[in-house]
Amino acid sequence: MVIATQTKEAERGTKQVIALEEITVRFCGDSGDGMQLAGTQMTSTSAIFGNDVSTLPDFPAEIRAPAGSLAGVSGFQLQFGSHKLLTPGDRVNALIAMNPAALKTNLCDLEQGGLLVVNDDAFNKVNLAKAGYEANPLDDEGLKRYRLFRVPIDKLNAEATKDSGLTGRAAARCRNFYALGLVYWLYGRPLDPTLNWIEDKFGGKPEVADANTKALKSGYYFGETAEMFPVRYQVAPAKLSSGRYRRISGNEAVAIGLITAARLAKKTLFYGSYPITPASDILHELARFKNYDVRTFQAEDEIAAITSTIGASFAGAFAVTGTSGPGLALKSEGMGLAIMTELPLVIVDVQRGGPSTGLPTKTEQADLNIATLGRNSEAPLCVIAPATPADCFNMAIEAFRIATEFMTPVILLSDGYLANGAEPWKLPDVSTFPKFDIKHPQTGDAFQPYQRNDKLARPWALPGTPGLEHRIGGLEKEDVTGDVCYEPENHEHMVRTRRQKIDNIAATIPELEIHGDLHGGELLVLGWGSTYGAITAAVDRCRNKGLSVSSAHLRYLDPMPRNTGDVLRRFRRVLIPEMNLGQLLHRIRATFLIDAIGLNKVQGKPFMVVEVEAKIEELLGNGNGRKS
Amino acid sequence: MSAESAAIQLTAKDYASDQDVRWCPGCGDYSILAQVKKVMANIGADRANTVFVSGIGCSSRFPYYMSTYGVHSIHGRAPAIATGIKVTNPALHVWLVTGDGDGLSIGGNHLLHVIRRNLDIKILLFNNRIYGLTKGQYSPTSPLGKKTKSTPMGSVDFPLHPLSVAIGAEATFVARGIDMNTKHLEYVLERAAAHKGTAFVEIYQNCNIFNDMAFEYATGKDTKDDTTLYLEHGKPLIFGKDRTKGIRLNAMDPEIVTLGEGVKEDDLLFHDERQAEPSLAYLLSRMHYPNFPEPMGVFRAVERPTYEDLLVGQVNEAVKKQGEGTFEKLFDDGETWVVN
Repeated sequence: MVIATQTKEAERGTKQVIALEEITVRFCGDSGDGMQLAGTQMTSTSAIFGNDVSTLPDFPAEIRAPAGSLAGVSGFQLQFGSHKLLTPGDRVNALIAMNPAALKTNLCDLEQGGLLVVNDDAFNKVNLAKAGYEANPLDDEGLKRYRLFRVPIDKLNAEATKDSGLTGRAAARCRNFYALGLVYWLYGRPLDPTLNWIEDKFGGKPEVADANTKALKSGYYFGETAEMFPVRYQVAPAKLSSGRYRRISGNEAVAIGLITAARLAKKTLFYGSYPITPASDILHELARFKNYDVRTFQAEDEIAAITSTIGASFAGAFAVTGTSGPGLALKSEGMGLAIMTELPLVIVDVQRGGPSTGLPTKTEQADLNIATLGRNSEAPLCVIAPATPADCFNMAIEAFRIATEFMTPVILLSDGYLANGAEPWKLPDVSTFPKFDIKHPQTGDAFQPYQRNDKLARPWALPGTPGLEHRIGGLEKEDVTGDVCYEPENHEHMVRTRRQKIDNIAATIPELEIHGDLHGGELLVLGWGSTYGAITAAVDRCRNKGLSVSSAHLRYLDPMPRNTGDVLRRFRRVLIPEMNLGQLLHRIRATFLIDAIGLNKVQGKPFMVVEVEAKIEELLGNGNGRKS
Repeated sequence: MSAESAAIQLTAKDYASDQDVRWCPGCGDYSILAQVKKVMANIGADRANTVFVSGIGCSSRFPYYMSTYGVHSIHGRAPAIATGIKVTNPALHVWLVTGDGDGLSIGGNHLLHVIRRNLDIKILLFNNRIYGLTKGQYSPTSPLGKKTKSTPMGSVDFPLHPLSVAIGAEATFVARGIDMNTKHLEYVLERAAAHKGTAFVEIYQNCNIFNDMAFEYATGKDTKDDTTLYLEHGKPLIFGKDRTKGIRLNAMDPEIVTLGEGVKEDDLLFHDERQAEPSLAYLLSRMHYPNFPEPMGVFRAVERPTYEDLLVGQVNEAVKKQGEGTFEKLFDDGETWVVN
């Protein structure tokens, strides 16, 4: 939205500067073009500048698909704004396309009249053929809908870096920074954060540092001096609450949250995991923090990952395993053992498109069923889901709070969108964190392995404690003693007790909050997990249009907040947008007998705000949903 | 010696839990359980610091019968459970009990990896060459042609040899015992207990219900001297009732020779359990009845850093280099900014 237009005398000629509230930019190119780096640099710079930011990296599953091919296109989208942002943006305002394949796969998301900057040099015969273009699309009338800027980035970058000491391919690899410099100029971004980054990163390789610096600056000066760009844009800093901030992705937030929980409890953190996209970064991140007594174990497979974690929990560690869909499937039996042995455990599932190998690098929310139900027999455990990348930090701590308070496995359902997306995160105040008061029975205590407390949690007695020697395992346990027991009544009692224990968690979690009309109304949009941003933004827009719509967001899926049914019944209709075919929808219908309506998208991409907005308007059409 | 056993000398009986043992009468597991308890007493094992871990199968009921800590886990996964325990608390003495199905079939992958990592745990693989708990199907160690309920015309699976597998997985300690030879089993278990690193012990165990007499050749009074060979470090490989037969190396292959007929003891193959390369141990692991006597005892015992020492060593090194982690350093990734 344009809020002001002004002209300003620039050093050379008159350039118009347009102030905007938010802008969405997408870099796209070959997977070897450094688009992720350009995107993260612009994100950091914008955050440091004071904007709120939200990002959406989009990369192929292949590490290096053939250069120039459609399969090899990697993209990074970010939105930065002068107000609180909830999503990485629906429509792209500016698209930077480094080759024909990138143009072809990304042009559909560029708004009409949007800025299209292309690397003109890459639109050669070979690349055009690889992208399936018969003629150069840059000459096509169709591109008249956009403001096209054909910049010979390869040539300009080669010229800029020619005195750096780098030559040929090494110098050509700086072209992402050349493009970044140009975009920095267009959006009035400071160069210092990226220059500092170059210094930190390549300080030991002066010629590389020099070439990247020259590329970045030359790109910037090109925008300023070339008579190509008549307009620049400004986005003022956002009014964020005061404090120290950093940029954080969901995977980083999970890792830091897990460490924080273990440190608060003065416990070893054990992370057993098998590499899998998009969860591997949690393993990488944790492996960097060994001085926090983090013990990472790269297991031989997904099953060893969870069972080693069960062993670690038995021995007294804060134990976590992380995975994605296919791995969660393999962990089912292990989760059953953790449920039977009633040990605290956190299972992080970073959901991706499925089934089977599916879409490894794309996002989806379709593991809700397997998380809540996907084990043999009656096997309840706690399932929670963060709403934003930064919320992954809070929910990782919460996962351990629940796991240790109730002696149960907890599944933390993240997804590819949260894991790789990033936002500014205000460094938290340690004093506000929950206290972890972990009590292990000691020698001399009256001890029975399955003697429960008022929450129905059993004691966590650790090997090494004289006098408390006991055996646990997967066979059914006798109540209280924990001895192997095949008695029919005992089995039913234990089955019911395990379920009741999970239900008891509801008393310790926050109630479901209504965003909008607390007393109810025409429509409630109910979400869970990473759809929070798109839903909240859509509801806000519709409310501004006077529609009677509110939203509520479930961060706890099993058990659900105790007032969930009450909240749902305050509204005439309930809409549930999900990146699956209606898994929460079925749960809500079954649990509360409410005929909720689904909005389902399963494309490996998050919801756009307009998609949710359109559905709300459709449901509240004909003036029915106007607030009086 | 531990604090507990220093205070009161425990006997084998003290290592028994209060649970009734539920193996079939006559099962070889009883003998192994008795020897393990005896060895626990011999080495002065501290019950509080000892954990028995198992998977699924007859042998895997073992932890329930010990008065130590224990985990009876899921099929094949005991090595991974043991890894989590040992990495979290390296002071614990971890014993793993598995069988030929649990360890080599469903859990084969985990077994390989725990051995190559050389965690300081003791693995007892009860080999009865049959599936007992599921009532008599062939196992990965059953001989080719074995007729069972699931192979009425005979098994067409070629068998694995547990010790060859362990050696292939870079085991630092490999040994074999037999349920009936209790004195020798006690010796082998004590050697395993003393080894720092993964100790892999195959124990021939008779399943008298589904595979009775499978090891009759190695335990029968009349045959055992000619079908088994008891290894001693630094000694020549000699066997037979009158100890007149030996094993000699003919190029790359072992051959049976008779002492005295132009063959001296010095001509025989000498056992060396400490050889850096596992070639000799592997050769011994390939000697099978009926062509050869089957070696019993310690095949291989070498030193290599343990996984948990290396892993915890890195944690300690990180603390030394970077200092104990603080929340401030954890949250600040070096690219922070301040909003006023």
